[in-house]
Amino acid sequence: MTGMVNRVAPIAVVVAAIMIIWYGFTVHLNAPWQIDRYEKAGTEWQMRDLVRDTMAQERPVLPAPHQIVAEIWKTTVKKKITSKRSLIYHGSVTLSSTLLGFAMGTILGIGLAVSIVENRAMDKSLMPWIITSQTIPILAIAPMIIVVLNAVGLSGLVPKAMISTYLSFFPVVVGMVKGLRSPDPMLMDLMRTYRSSRLQTFWKLRLPASVPFLFASMKVAIAISLVGAIVGELPTGAVAGLGARLLAGSYYGQTIQIWSALISAACMAAILVGVVGVISHLTLRRMGLRA
Amino acid sequence: MTGFQRTIATLGGLAAAAALVIAFIGSGEAGIALLAASLVLALAGMRHHFSLWPQARVDLVASLGGMALLLSRLDGDMPTASWPLLIACWLFGWLAVEKTMAARNLPKALSSVLSLAVPVFFGAWIIFAWEVLTIGLQIPTVLLPPPSMIAVRFAESTSILWADFQQTVIKAALSGYILGCGSAFMVAILIDRVPFLQRGLLPVGNFVSALPIVGIAPIMVMWFGFDWQSKAAVVVVMTFFPMLVNTVAGLQATQAMERDLLRTYASSYFQLLIKLRLPTAAPFIFNALKINSTLALIGAIVAEFFGTPIVGLGFRISTEVGRMNVDMVWAEIVVAALAGSLSYGLLSLLERQVTFWHPSNRRKTP
Repeated sequence: MTGMVNRVAPIAVVVAAIMIIWYGFTVHLNAPWQIDRYEKAGTEWQMRDLVRDTMAQERPVLPAPHQIVAEIWKTTVKKKITSKRSLIYHGSVTLSSTLLGFAMGTILGIGLAVSIVENRAMDKSLMPWIITSQTIPILAIAPMIIVVLNAVGLSGLVPKAMISTYLSFFPVVVGMVKGLRSPDPMLMDLMRTYRSSRLQTFWKLRLPASVPFLFASMKVAIAISLVGAIVGELPTGAVAGLGARLLAGSYYGQTIQIWSALISAACMAAILVGVVGVISHLTLRRMGLRA
Repeated sequence: MTGFQRTIATLGGLAAAAALVIAFIGSGEAGIALLAASLVLALAGMRHHFSLWPQARVDLVASLGGMALLLSRLDGDMPTASWPLLIACWLFGWLAVEKTMAARNLPKALSSVLSLAVPVFFGAWIIFAWEVLTIGLQIPTVLLPPPSMIAVRFAESTSILWADFQQTVIKAALSGYILGCGSAFMVAILIDRVPFLQRGLLPVGNFVSALPIVGIAPIMVMWFGFDWQSKAAVVVVMTFFPMLVNTVAGLQATQAMERDLLRTYASSYFQLLIKLRLPTAAPFIFNALKINSTLALIGAIVAEFFGTPIVGLGFRISTEVGRMNVDMVWAEIVVAALAGSLSYGLLSLLERQVTFWHPSNRRKTP
């Protein structure tokens, strides 16, 4: 019990501090506009009015947390899911391309890792380029890839998912290569004394040994895959998805909408990483790797 | 020679033989050079069955010769025979690399040259295949321009590219990077003295660094205006948390034994920090610096999609896409890729200088 308190209390304090700072900034940043309005209307105002009104603006510079929560509540629970204004609808669009991209990236990553570990020529020629590939800011050129693929007739889910794939395969490759190479020489020698073939060594030793590494990199991969999906939605003319909500919000100065899309994206990232974490925990326990 | 190598060799020989047959059937259009090359490559593939000249350099020469021939005949309607020949060249290139890698007891100098030459060869191959395929198959340049076209465009518009580079990389990304990493480093050292804050901020920091932070770009553009300051602000936020988390983790990486040793020397807090904890944290810090170098570029470019003055990589990319000048877009991508790779390379080099003692940087003893 005390361990729990010890762990949660500092986090709670930090989060509370962030909230207080946030509210402070809300008042501070929104005040000039509000004071301007008071002066134009010629109304007398007290500090209390100012604090109240800065937190209830239509288009604040920085919305207060409760405004964002209210907006999220309004656009998720109160709207029908099919509605174009429902955050659940937009979220599901983003989620589907995230998951597709993540699945493709993981499969590609595992495939590359296996070929790198099993073949020295592949290792020497591919690995440096895989690292270089991530120094190219693909996220930044994502919109152009989408537009170009659109021109060929590839539109909708697949181009967005491809961006996610490009981003998510990298952590999987790096983690899997490390994992497949993780069995120590003693174990490899043991397999050799059993006269096991390369395939058998792979299935019975290398692959099981790589599973913890795989899950660790999948956690990174799914978070980055979501980022890819969101950025991939930016240039599609703000049709659907959390990225489209961001863009539409920035066009019309709807700060609350931007923040609510941002916060829901954050929650989605947290949930996705959490789900991968739970699957990882269950799998590893079943494999007897962790109690 | 392993069975795997023999398989590649046989496949390469077969592809060349197929090219030979196709060139014969469609006589005239293929030309004598292509016929000869196909014949030579087919023979080169077959030689493995008679154990003649098994050296890797023979395969390399065969591959390069085929490539040179294909390049010299590059135009809109390549004869059909060139496609199997291309595959044959690729297989021979692979075979050469495969053989070189299999060789043991190479001199040290040669093996270090090889570890550089092999990836370069691979990269050259990708560009070569890209060039041949886009021109040979007449892929519309809007879709994928050939590398030569991109190179020409790059050479023609260096002044524009330089201006964009200055705006996005130097002003926005670099200043944001320095501010973000620097402040995160300071905060990490401060947090390190307060365990309570550490326990609270680390999970939050971990959480935040998994978030899609690029999303704050529109907000920053609203707050700081269209010029580079807003982009730098995005970069600051993006780079802050990875640096914070890594530095704190690095500062905790010292072992009790090492700390005790320094304590027996009666070292002060700062001596402990500078002589032990910061050096131990260096690999972690460099890791964050490397991650952040790409993040900074991404942040700066993506933020430009939300409003920018009429200069900058992101601005140029989004406008030239609209005007279907895809070669210009690719030239900008080359700039971004060069900037990203160079900064990563410089950081790796610096890391190797600073953390020369780290096991991953020490030369492996055989």
